[in-house]
Amino acid sequence: MITLKVNGESRQFDGDGDMPLLWYLRDELALTGTKYSCGKGLCGSCTVHLNGSAVRSCVMTMAAVDGAEVTTIEGLGANEMHPLQVAWAENDVPQCGYCQPGQIMQAASLLAQNPSPDDKQIEDTMQGVICRCGTYSRIRKAIKSAAGGAS
Amino acid sequence: MSTQEYPVPVLPFERKAIAKAVNPEVTAFNHTRSVSRRDFLKAGSVLVIGVSLFGCSEGEREQVAETPAISGPWTPDVYVSFDAEGTVTIVSHRSEMGQGIKTSLPAVVADEMEADWNRVVVEQATGDKKFGDQSTGGSLSVISFFQRMREAGASVRLLLEQAAAQQWGVAVSECSAQQHKVVHKGSDKSADFRELLAVASQLPVPTPDQLTLKTPDQYRYIGKSMRIVDMHEMTHGTARYGADIRVPGMKFAAIARPPVVFGKVKSYDATKALAVKGVQAVVELPALEPPAVYKALGGVAVVADNSWAALKARDLLSVEWDNGANADYDSGRFKQALLEAVRQPGANQRNDGNFDEAQASAASTLEAEYYAPHLGHMMMEPPAAMADVRADFCEVWAPTQDPQSLVGMATAISGLPEDKVRINMSLLGSAFGRKGKGDYVNEALFLSKEVGAPVLVQWSREDEVRHGYYHTVSAQHLSVGLDESGKVTAWRHRLAYPSIMSTFNPAAKAPAKLELGQGVINLPYEIDNIRVEASEADAKVRIGWLRSVCTIFQSFAINAFSDEIAHARGLDPVENLLELLGPDRTIDLARFGMENKEGHPFQTGRLRGVIELVAEKAGWGRELPAGHGLGIAAQYSFDTYAAAVIEVAVGEDGSWRVPRVDFAIDCGQVVNVDRVKAQQEGAAVFGLSLARYGKLTMSNGRVDQGNFNDSRLVRFGMDPETHVHLVDSHLAPSGVGEPGVPPFAPALANAIFAATGKRIRELPIGIRI
Repeated sequence: MITLKVNGESRQFDGDGDMPLLWYLRDELALTGTKYSCGKGLCGSCTVHLNGSAVRSCVMTMAAVDGAEVTTIEGLGANEMHPLQVAWAENDVPQCGYCQPGQIMQAASLLAQNPSPDDKQIEDTMQGVICRCGTYSRIRKAIKSAAGGAS
Repeated sequence: MSTQEYPVPVLPFERKAIAKAVNPEVTAFNHTRSVSRRDFLKAGSVLVIGVSLFGCSEGEREQVAETPAISGPWTPDVYVSFDAEGTVTIVSHRSEMGQGIKTSLPAVVADEMEADWNRVVVEQATGDKKFGDQSTGGSLSVISFFQRMREAGASVRLLLEQAAAQQWGVAVSECSAQQHKVVHKGSDKSADFRELLAVASQLPVPTPDQLTLKTPDQYRYIGKSMRIVDMHEMTHGTARYGADIRVPGMKFAAIARPPVVFGKVKSYDATKALAVKGVQAVVELPALEPPAVYKALGGVAVVADNSWAALKARDLLSVEWDNGANADYDSGRFKQALLEAVRQPGANQRNDGNFDEAQASAASTLEAEYYAPHLGHMMMEPPAAMADVRADFCEVWAPTQDPQSLVGMATAISGLPEDKVRINMSLLGSAFGRKGKGDYVNEALFLSKEVGAPVLVQWSREDEVRHGYYHTVSAQHLSVGLDESGKVTAWRHRLAYPSIMSTFNPAAKAPAKLELGQGVINLPYEIDNIRVEASEADAKVRIGWLRSVCTIFQSFAINAFSDEIAHARGLDPVENLLELLGPDRTIDLARFGMENKEGHPFQTGRLRGVIELVAEKAGWGRELPAGHGLGIAAQYSFDTYAAAVIEVAVGEDGSWRVPRVDFAIDCGQVVNVDRVKAQQEGAAVFGLSLARYGKLTMSNGRVDQGNFNDSRLVRFGMDPETHVHLVDSHLAPSGVGEPGVPPFAPALANAIFAATGKRIRELPIGIRI
């Protein structure tokens, strides 16, 4: 039996330990905000927080998350909007929106560890999350504005 | 039962007279709202316009109670309805795939009806012909529906003004709508829309000739920046895409498809797949027979309790394939065959003057060959769709660019009539043309009917890369003659590529007019002798359309070759482009067998305008650091005039990056400034991805690539600083989703020449020059 916390709630799972966390979140918990795109940890659409750090849930097996605390996009702004969610709106970031939960979770993890990242730190972190619509310049602005607001 | 029979769809390029296809009618909606305004507001999201939610005080509310109320929703137009509170629901009937249409067209309606945007709910339509054309492609949504949406809004505005006039016993001309109220000129009478609904709903809906549309100075939302209606959902994980529907009893499916198009299952062993926990069934799909259209590819499906079990078991299937006639496809050999083809004469597609004579008497000549490979769509959301085929009803949930094509598909597979079929449109996790082709919906419908449960078909990334409808592969040969003064007197453009039409008709082997009409036969250069020749090419994969379609490679060749002409003439590239374009005039497209579109004449002066604007704004001719170069390209496409100046920086090791892009866009009246700019920022990233990496290759009929590691996309940090310069205009609005892409690759190639002296005649460029 695998036990974990998802967005603060305790959960138990007795299925296939090889199942990636992504599919557990989406199919077992109906938390569909976390997106499938590559399945190989190449694009970052499925990014969630595992014990506070950004991970690719498509390559993180259930066996590997036993005892962990997981936060998904649904849990990020559950009580009040995260500064990044505000900044995302103010900078009109999304186009199709599909990769944006992954972008926001990646950026939230960065800001949690480094409240005032410089351009290089932002780039090094965010280059792992692909946006086919090409919203990168607005993501950059939004992260900087959220970081500025936080500091 | 067959997955194979349903009507051949209308392609998005084949623009029909669709703008007025639907007359206002009174009908109730039979679908649910996809935007929950209450959730949106409860979460404290930022609203576009800062006025109070209900736009009225408590006192006003008490007054309302005394006015007669409407008993149910009032729908004065197929796109517009009111509830008793006066909240307006505006239907977005096109597909939202990142271009912002779900905000922009409803904002046009709201503007003309003087609705307060805070009292507007946007509702996503189902696929239904009552909404007129819904095939979202060809950058057509605003082109086709701007006028219709204005009329819908103006019609409702007039009804409300008439109702106020009747209620107050004054002339209609003295009543005017302003932000969800009608006010009386000459008195202090004023009524909220809500108070007028009971009377207005009894009045006859005006005809278009009775309407007075706003003048541009009266626009409130048109020409401004409107925040997208799904902002809160998209940033909180509650926006719903194709694979996000959850209903009780649903199953999840993954499919092993034939690796070669038109291949068939010879035999298969499902023992290992069936042993996977959660697997419910293994089902063989019917083999695909030509034409491909939007039919399922065939193969073997695993249906399971969750996506993981389906995907894992699918990979454990042991399938022996009969690969069929396309197994000989080798894109390397095909490239050589296409290049050979364009070195020979092809069938004439345009023939002005006499190219051969002019070329023979030219003082000098110039020629070059261009090649561009297959491309995949690589949208972040791979195809996914859910279908529920029941005995008495059939329902589909899908990210689709063409919901009405799915109506025919669903009726054919379910055997049910149209009124027993519902096509729900989710958001699209981008599409770029791929999701106009509902093969993945066809699979879901077939499987749901087979297993008797709702089935969600999930494509993996590898499925998406290996089973697409690919952007075609092309070779082009360009040849010009110049006189002693350097003027171009003869121009010949030869092309060979598999046609999109091959997907619908296997006999279609030559580029079609709708493809060559994307910049080639309608070349606006003023040259006396122009010939276009096209050669046949077999399609060995399904050919589809990708954002900007044939202009991607056709604009690349024409603009890159134009730069070679500039160099040969010793002319500045901007000066050269303007000289080739010649004096301002309207191009008669009928001369080339194309349609002169009402409201959208092809005016070369507007192309000149964007060339001059982008050159000025980009600082054309400015001093650059060592290794940097500027390049320019211009393209008329999707009724819009676009030009780009790109700055490239090339390192000593041949590595390169794009520090800056300037776009000038003349798309007539801009509807949503922010979204038009966003589309061009996206076009720069899209253009850079295709110019740097874009290439799919095929061996033995199979796609060699599979995921983002070998079919790469531009990542964060590589994105250019993009400046978008919009021409201020009140002319008829035109497309904005695609026109930024075509000038990108040639402007980049020309910039690389300026920086290094090296010509780029083949795409992609790669990471080093």
